[in-house]
Amino acid sequence: MSTKQQNAGKTALNFLRNNTVPLMFIIICAVCIPISGFSPSYLLNEIITRLGRNAFLILSLLIPIMAGMGLNFGMTLGAMAGEMALIFVSDWQIWGIPGVVLAMIVSIPFSVILGLICGKILNMAKGREMITSYIISFFINGIYQLIVLYLMGSVIPIAHGSIKLPRGYGIRNTVSLLNMRQCIDNLLAIRIGGVKIPALTLLIIALMCLLIVWFRRTKLGQDMRAVGQDMQVARDAGINVERTRIISIVISTVLAGFGMILYLQNIGNLSTYSAHSQVGMFCIAALLVGGASVDRASIGNVFLGVTLFHLMFIVAPQAGAKITGDSMIGEYFRVFVSYGVITLALIMYEMKKRRQKASIGEQLALAQKEEEQHE
Amino acid sequence: MSEKTPLLEMKNIRKDFFGNQVLTDINLTLQEGEVLGLVGENGAGKSTLMKILFGMDVIRDTGGYEGDILLNGQKVDFKTPFEALAAGIGMVHQEFSLIPGFTATENILLNREPKKKSVVSEIFGERLDVLNRKEMTAKSDAAIRKMGVQIDGNMVIHDMPVGHKQFTEIARELSKDQLKLLILDEPTAVLTEKEAEALLDSIRGMSAQGIAVIFITHRLQEILDVCDKVVIMRDGYVVEDVPSGETNITEITRKMVGRAVDTAAATDIRNNPDAPIAMSIRKLWVDMPGETVRNVSLDVREGEILGIGGLAGQGKLGIPNGIMGLYDAGGEVTLRGKKVPLNSPRECLNASMAFVSEDRRGVGLLLDETLEWNIAFPAMQIQNKFLKNYLGGLVKWRDEKAIHDVTQRYIDELAIKCTSSKQKAKELSGGNQQKVCLAKAFALEPGFLFVSEPTRGIDVGAKSLVLNALKKFNRESGVTIVMISSELEELRQTCDRIAIVSGGRVAGILPASESAEQFGLLMVSQVK
Repeated sequence: MSTKQQNAGKTALNFLRNNTVPLMFIIICAVCIPISGFSPSYLLNEIITRLGRNAFLILSLLIPIMAGMGLNFGMTLGAMAGEMALIFVSDWQIWGIPGVVLAMIVSIPFSVILGLICGKILNMAKGREMITSYIISFFINGIYQLIVLYLMGSVIPIAHGSIKLPRGYGIRNTVSLLNMRQCIDNLLAIRIGGVKIPALTLLIIALMCLLIVWFRRTKLGQDMRAVGQDMQVARDAGINVERTRIISIVISTVLAGFGMILYLQNIGNLSTYSAHSQVGMFCIAALLVGGASVDRASIGNVFLGVTLFHLMFIVAPQAGAKITGDSMIGEYFRVFVSYGVITLALIMYEMKKRRQKASIGEQLALAQKEEEQHE
Repeated sequence: MSEKTPLLEMKNIRKDFFGNQVLTDINLTLQEGEVLGLVGENGAGKSTLMKILFGMDVIRDTGGYEGDILLNGQKVDFKTPFEALAAGIGMVHQEFSLIPGFTATENILLNREPKKKSVVSEIFGERLDVLNRKEMTAKSDAAIRKMGVQIDGNMVIHDMPVGHKQFTEIARELSKDQLKLLILDEPTAVLTEKEAEALLDSIRGMSAQGIAVIFITHRLQEILDVCDKVVIMRDGYVVEDVPSGETNITEITRKMVGRAVDTAAATDIRNNPDAPIAMSIRKLWVDMPGETVRNVSLDVREGEILGIGGLAGQGKLGIPNGIMGLYDAGGEVTLRGKKVPLNSPRECLNASMAFVSEDRRGVGLLLDETLEWNIAFPAMQIQNKFLKNYLGGLVKWRDEKAIHDVTQRYIDELAIKCTSSKQKAKELSGGNQQKVCLAKAFALEPGFLFVSEPTRGIDVGAKSLVLNALKKFNRESGVTIVMISSELEELRQTCDRIAIVSGGRVAGILPASESAEQFGLLMVSQVK
């Protein structure tokens, strides 16, 4: 009996350990929701909007995690590719759903090239993928600014004056996407009791999930899992490790590009120089809030993460304002919590690895004790 | 039978690593379904021979080999292990080559999974084929049945006992249809007795199905139990090739360790059973990857040189590394009545223990610094030696002159070949680097010294210098030394007593004057 209880205690402890972050957020939300005083239908509406806006972007993170490359901070590269595609499409004045689809198609070559560069560099920095991809995103941001600020309009033809800076070249701070704003969200939208459900967007996200489930079952998916767990063994078995890793980053970048386009069609305008700057961090934080870790993430983590992370963003500022009387606390909270969550997740990942290492020693000591009892 | 072309024939195989001859005129033949037991000490050339057969990169990178390998009468020369695999040679390595998060089935069919075509894969290539799980299960079940040992194909490797991991590896080789020859490199080292028994049964089963097996092991009884013939290697030569029915364990051991001229143990062995105990080790375990130590109890007497020997991977290196706090350890260690705290290198050093690590370049030396720094650094750090105190000890400056003097002294004493005491450690040859490591430990003037693999990778001349220096240090300063080495001969020449470690445990302690055969028997023994 007592061993059974011990085991139950152990599983409970393990559950707590593995789900610290989601549990923390559930508690924060549970405390803040009543203080904020928002109505349930308002909250539901907001969460569904944000789910449609963000889920695709976060899904793009899953494949590099599967390939053992950690959290892909380089998804920002895909976001930049998506933005460039949107700039071209708005210059060509193609709006609505055709505009969105065309933007996605145009973004593919940009994403693939950036993904290839990123993948090649990450192959040179095995074991340090996360910090490397983080720094690459800053570097590519510089190149993006060079293109958008100086080359567009001077070297790359930009016809339409409304998106150009008054000096004749470079793109304005904000590009209006009013003519494609929520075009996908509104098509086939359903209203249930005041809650707007963007059915088509959710359908696209559902298809994406199915695609990921299918991908896991393909040979390439299996190879990625093998490479992710042990590169040497995978290489000995004849799997091309480097190529597999590059493919995973390219897929992630392309998906991030699509995700960014979906995100911006919901927002309805593009802040040319800043839209992508924090998208990687917020997506990664949301995924971690959903219970993912550096080496393990599921589709469930994505949806739980988006829900909890954004629920907190909606209720916490209001609750904070009610308590302190200062509404600026919200933005502060947002950034603080995101970095905090990422740091916490990285520390917990290291601790878990150490615990696993220490457990080998414990087993040795235990085996020795058993041996003595036998004597 | 003898008229039939043998499955495998190796003719006059020779191999040297940069002038260092490791294999000389090796001849081997193997018939279909035959089980060959390959035995020899570490460094006898077994692994190198198997690497040649398997087409490993390291062989080509070091200049290839001489001689011919014939498979079914055809000359072959494998450029990569994949070519060897395609020709029907499988190899199970000592280290596991498994994906921890995959099931046994997924590992058995790793990168050879049966697939289903789809529209997508027609367009984007076959890597987007979906895995055919049903057929995977069927194939892996068949391989497991062929092996004759029950393991669960759906079990994740991570959760498996060590033995099952080993069986999974064997099943992976057996699942290859073209398999004709299987090389098993010490597969039973990690198995329990029962598991090992099951493995021997499955080897018999494979042999009955016409698969030839080369079985490398240190457990000689297993060789006699299962093999058709035994090949004994020593120092790169095949010294014996007999049917296993015509030999016995003592005979094999003698051939394995016996030198043509048996170098005698040192003449000045001291055996003083009345000497007080300097260090007492009780129930020590150490988690050093590949060198696990289990339940070791050992007494080191004051003033002696105790040797610790044993085959590679049996745990002899784990003992000093664990006691000195470099790897996770537990148990009780007392030095002259005082308890030594484990997992704390600093405390060990404070207790006037010193350690010359086997990892010269990683742990032993500051490669980019001068000899002066290398030799004086630990003494400066730990004992505040070679420092000048100002303002009542608030400010400490290095005493460059004292550092220079002590370095010069050791350069002369140990005959370290260098341009000056300011030369960088990385510019020295291996043997001289080793001498610097010793000088570093000597400069600490320790009360107790661990020396691990002091002659690894250095030439014969430097070897005897290093060993003599150790002996002189012991005899003149009376410092107790524990020396760990894979080479029995050098232990017998240097030490007073020698403990042999096998399977992470102490198999026995003998005076160095015992015959090499006695030590050999301990090395291959299984300690319960």
